[in-house]
Amino acid sequence: MIDRRSRIADALATLLVWSSVLLVTAIFVWLLADVVWHGAPRLSWSFLTSPPQRAGRAGGIGPILVSTGLILLVCLTVSLPLGLGTAILLAEFTPTDNVFGRLVRRSLDVLAGVPSIVFGLFGNAFFCITLGLGFSILSGGLTLACMVLPILIRSIEEGFRAAPNEYRMGAAALGLSRTATLWHVLLPSALPGVIVGMVLGLGRAIAETAALVFTSGYVDRMPESLMDSGRALSIHIFDLSMNQSGGAPNAYATALVLVLLLLVINGVASWLAQRWLHRRIVH
Amino acid sequence: MSAASSSSRSSDVLLLWSLRGCAALVGGIVLLIVAFLVLESLPALRHIGLTAFFTDPSWHPAEGLYNFTPMLWGTLFAMSGAVLVATPLGVLSAIFCHYYAPPLLAAAYRRVIELLAGIPSVVYGLWGLISLVPLINDWQPPGTSLLAGIVVLTVMILPTIALMADAALAAVPPAYLSGAAALGLSRWATIRGVVLPAARSGLFTGVILETGRAIGETMAVLMVCGNVVQTPQSLFDPMRTLTANIALEMSYALGDHRSALFVSGLLLMATIIALTISAEIISKERPHD
Repeated sequence: MIDRRSRIADALATLLVWSSVLLVTAIFVWLLADVVWHGAPRLSWSFLTSPPQRAGRAGGIGPILVSTGLILLVCLTVSLPLGLGTAILLAEFTPTDNVFGRLVRRSLDVLAGVPSIVFGLFGNAFFCITLGLGFSILSGGLTLACMVLPILIRSIEEGFRAAPNEYRMGAAALGLSRTATLWHVLLPSALPGVIVGMVLGLGRAIAETAALVFTSGYVDRMPESLMDSGRALSIHIFDLSMNQSGGAPNAYATALVLVLLLLVINGVASWLAQRWLHRRIVH
Repeated sequence: MSAASSSSRSSDVLLLWSLRGCAALVGGIVLLIVAFLVLESLPALRHIGLTAFFTDPSWHPAEGLYNFTPMLWGTLFAMSGAVLVATPLGVLSAIFCHYYAPPLLAAAYRRVIELLAGIPSVVYGLWGLISLVPLINDWQPPGTSLLAGIVVLTVMILPTIALMADAALAAVPPAYLSGAAALGLSRWATIRGVVLPAARSGLFTGVILETGRAIGETMAVLMVCGNVVQTPQSLFDPMRTLTANIALEMSYALGDHRSALFVSGLLLMATIIALTISAEIISKERPHD
């Protein structure tokens, strides 16, 4: 009797598991098909290179791609050295029970959970107004830099932790200074972690909208300097779908570009991570 | 020899201090964010007062009325709906990958979850606005509603709980599974009686993290919820969340109004800090050690 009931429960559970997996997959396919179906007809080389017309309803996304690229460039230029320094300190120079190390780690945990709209508020108050950068690509990039630091640091730290301890001992036995060890031995060995972190951070930054609305702004002209306001891809999608009637077709085409960029980024990251994992096993 | 070693030692000292400088700067960002939120909130707290945010008759900033409660309910309803749906789906997804799927299928399904995690919120919003909302509108107008928000949020936070649950299940000691097999437990009985209790703390951490994501999400809910400032009475009522309110009004808000928006940002930040700390406390408890 009990045996039969448990067999029924087992069958029901199997059904439940498979149907929820089917549901999730179906939604994923629906979402992807929706973007490809609506976006693909408008996608062309001239769409990628020409400037938007009639507030984006017609024309392309040339200047918007340039602005997005510049925002990402600012973001990485600032976050990479800071993240690298912090990750090296945490992984190589800080014992786990160190108070300063624990404080930094905890603040990174909090930073990772801060909602993007709060980053937007902060970026607006600090970079745009207090530092006087105004609505600019620089403000947007700096705000995103704060946002991607946790993910960047976690990856880089893992890269350093994966470097075998023999490397450090060997370098110490050769009488290398810690700086030289870091530069010539550990950094090359941790490079995959650094690159994976960069790629993941890039993925997070390029997907961001709420943090950019009040920092890099809405201007869809070709930016002339980093102090110009520049519209990111995600903001273009948002503006076209919410504020411009008849903007949906171009919003979809832009969304397709964004999703394709993310697929490439995601693919590169997982390819690198896999190659790296493989190498570690071979060692 | 001694000159070389002393110069390398001084370069080590320089390196250490510049690394410490980086880390202090990075660690200080959170403090800077909190400081600026507080600083910008002060005028509103001084002129309007904290209680007015809950007791004013309505949210009409132009008339000096600043009641947050409809937006608080909006955020709470959307968040709880999404967490209630996404948690079982995410945990079942992880169970699927570990105990039901052949390895290749599990790997493929993990890729789907990872890709869902990477899709930008504005793309979820676009899909919700153009594809989902009209469907709901055919059934229960106006379509832009709490329900649309819950559906979009569910899909968005699902990867968080699914990936956390995946990691938690992977950490269950294999000896437990062999023990269950030796007792002749069925697959589901093993999962329910052995695996889930053993993975409890990881699962709770996942729920807390997905809750944080659901509370903080802005663009997607803004695009599908209709943004009417009212406490939703049913799943089909349009409503506005706290985050959407900030995104909608920051562009023109001045003076106390702007400051009030920073108060809601401060509120969000405090909630996230509390959630992060509780996640940390829970993940330190290891019931199966």
